Formats: sequence, structure tokens, C-alpha cells
Amino acid sequence: MKITISSQGNTLDSMVDPRFGRAAQFILYDTETQKFEVVSNEQSLNAAQGAGIKAAETLSSLGSGVLITGHCGPNAFQTLSAAGIAIYTGADGLTVAQAIEKFKAGQLQTAASSDVRGHWK
Amino acid sequence: MIIAIASGKGGTGKTTIAANLAMCLQKPIRLLDCDVEEPNCHIFLKPDLDGSERATLPVPVINEKLCNNCGECGRMCQFNAIVSLKTKPLVFPSLCHGCGGCLRVCPTGAITEAEREIGTVETGTSHHVEFVQGRLDVGEAQSPPLIRAVKQRIAEEGVTIIDCPPGTSCPVIAAVKGCDYAVLVTESTPFGLHDLKLAVDTMRLLRLDFGVVINRTTSRDAMVREFCRKEHIPVLLEIPDDRRVAEAYSRGRLIVEAVPELRESFERLCSSVISRIQSHNAASPPCGGSAPGVS
Repeated sequence: MKITISSQGNTLDSMVDPRFGRAAQFILYDTETQKFEVVSNEQSLNAAQGAGIKAAETLSSLGSGVLITGHCGPNAFQTLSAAGIAIYTGADGLTVAQAIEKFKAGQLQTAASSDVRGHWK
Repeated sequence: MIIAIASGKGGTGKTTIAANLAMCLQKPIRLLDCDVEEPNCHIFLKPDLDGSERATLPVPVINEKLCNNCGECGRMCQFNAIVSLKTKPLVFPSLCHGCGGCLRVCPTGAITEAEREIGTVETGTSHHVEFVQGRLDVGEAQSPPLIRAVKQRIAEEGVTIIDCPPGTSCPVIAAVKGCDYAVLVTESTPFGLHDLKLAVDTMRLLRLDFGVVINRTTSRDAMVREFCRKEHIPVLLEIPDDRRVAEAYSRGRLIVEAVPELRESFERLCSSVISRIQSHNAASPPCGGSAPGVS
């Protein structure tokens, strides 16, 4: 299974980026091969608006079924849900590797709704 | 004849200039308050508002029976307002700028438009001034479509004054586009000068003729004057830093009524701007190749 973690850096020791839409980058981790790749979030970082929607689109095109991040706003939540991606929030403060371990151990909770407000309406 | 009152920095006196200029011009004169996020010309002109119309923005609606999930709409949208993840598209109306692009690229005709309300256009009169203002709904982020709705009320005859929003971004471009002249109001402070430079760059990019009004000047201020001299920008008027002006403003009174000797200055500003527009039009008639404005 492919899981995506919003990351401040490009290694597993990097801190989880608390932001999803404007995350510095994503780490795409394969739980079977235990390998990862760094995925650019440049398109969303450059977006004037709708960064969370764009980032959700990126995840969908990667075939990732899981997102682990800090926070998730309403538009991103709606788009991720439509793409069938499970959302785990509250992983800020962990390293990417720690977040992956917690996920594997079933210690992360799926988010039932967005946990921060939108930037617009 | 359409005159925009703009600035880079907010709070430099656009509304003061717009309202007082309108009062000094002969009939027919119309004032459009396009600072739709906080229209405040009405505080000084105290118009009787007798007309009100809701303004809307067209947003896409998907007919799921016709949609084949091709995703063209999402690829076309530069505002991430519509997205298709190999599913029926999701629409985010509050992000939509109403360009209609998704509608045009949809190969199956699955997209139609519905009108989303964003604000109100109010009309009325104050003395001899015909008054129009836009009032954006609270929480709404899209002001340019409402500004364009207000500008549909530009008078065919006489002078129309447009009180613009501050800054140099989309709402300002929407407000100044198609105007004959821009009066840039600034103050002699480092911030005032910094943002004036941005406004000057914007006007030059739009090829819009402009001049500067310096508000709250004292004999010590030289930096804005110096900048204008070097850049060959006409200084149309300087309003002295006068306590009586501040008192009139804080009570919602017009300067031309509260400080009579400044009335003459405003009248000179009127004739100066009008003659500049006339000479500019004579040099390049509107039907010629270099009409002001931008596509």
C-alpha cells in the first residue's frame, strides 16, 4: 500500500509538515517494499488559491490510498474523500519515520472531518 | 470621461479626493464607489439610496448524466475551483472566478452555469451627484465581478469618478480598466512613497495616463515631490496637513464645505484633470491605435 506523508524535508528523518495543501513536499512510502520517494508539491505551493484541492489531486494521481499530515481544511478534506484517500491528521511534531511506524502500529486515528477552517469561505 | 481615484497604500485619502472632486464638478457627474470591501464615500456624500440590485457571479453546475469523467474542466481551471479525479467533478463555488472556461472545454456539454450572489449594487443621489456603490457580502473573497457590476453604471455623458480599492492587485485593475485618467493619492511618508511607486508601475503597465495628489503635506516633506520630479509625473494638488481637514473628515464632512479656501484647490484639480484628458484624447483619439486600457 502506498501512503503519503506531508514532509518538511526529503528524508524519513524530516519533520512532518503540519500543513497539507502548502506542504513543502510529500514523501510517498510503499509499505510493502519499505521504499520511499520524494514528491514535489510545487504546483500547490504556486497556486494562488485552492492549494489543498490541488495537493489532493496530486495524491490521487500518485495512487496513494492514505494521507498522514498535521491538519486538513474543508476543501482538501472533500477532495481527498472523493478520491477515496484515508486521512490521518495530528501527526505534526513527529518525524516522517515515526509517523509511518505509528500508522503501521494502528496508533493514528482517521479524521472524520476537516480540523481547520478554510482560507476563503 | 472616466476618472479613477487610486493609490498604492490604503488610507491616503482616495475617498476624500473622490467625494470632494465630485462635489466640485458640474452636472452631469456620477460617483462610483468601487472600494466594494468597505465603501465609504456615502459617509461624506450622505446620498439618498433608492435603488438596490444583487450582483451575481456565474459558477459551473455539473449535469452528471452527461459527464464522462474526462477531467478537461479541472485541467483548464487555473483557480482549482473545479476538480475531477476520474470521478464526477467537484465544484468549489467560492473559489470560482466565473470565467466560463470549464463550460467551453467540456466535450459533452455537461456544464451549465448558475448565478451565485456576491454583493449588492446600490444607487441614489447626493445634491447634484449621481451615486453608485458596491457592497460585497461579508466573507466573500471575489470583489472584481462586483466592481465590474458597479462599473456597468458608468455614465454615458459628463464625468464619472471611480473611487478605487487600495493596492495594485486584481480589484484595482478591475476598477481602473477602461478609465481615461488616474489620480494617484499618496502621503509623504516612506510607506506612502513605496506604495506610490507600485501604483505608478501598475498605471504604466496599463498605459493609463495619471497624476499625483499628495495629501497631508508639510513644508518638510520632499521625498514624494522629488520622486515625481525625477519621474516626470505631474503633481496635481497638495493638501496641507491641516487640523481642520482632519476634524471635518472625522465628522464625515466634506473638505470643500468645512475649509472653504480649499474649494478653489479642488476646482483647479478638476480643470487640470479634465484638460489633461482632453489633450491626451486629442493626441491619440479613442478610435486610434493607442487607446488607454489593457485587454
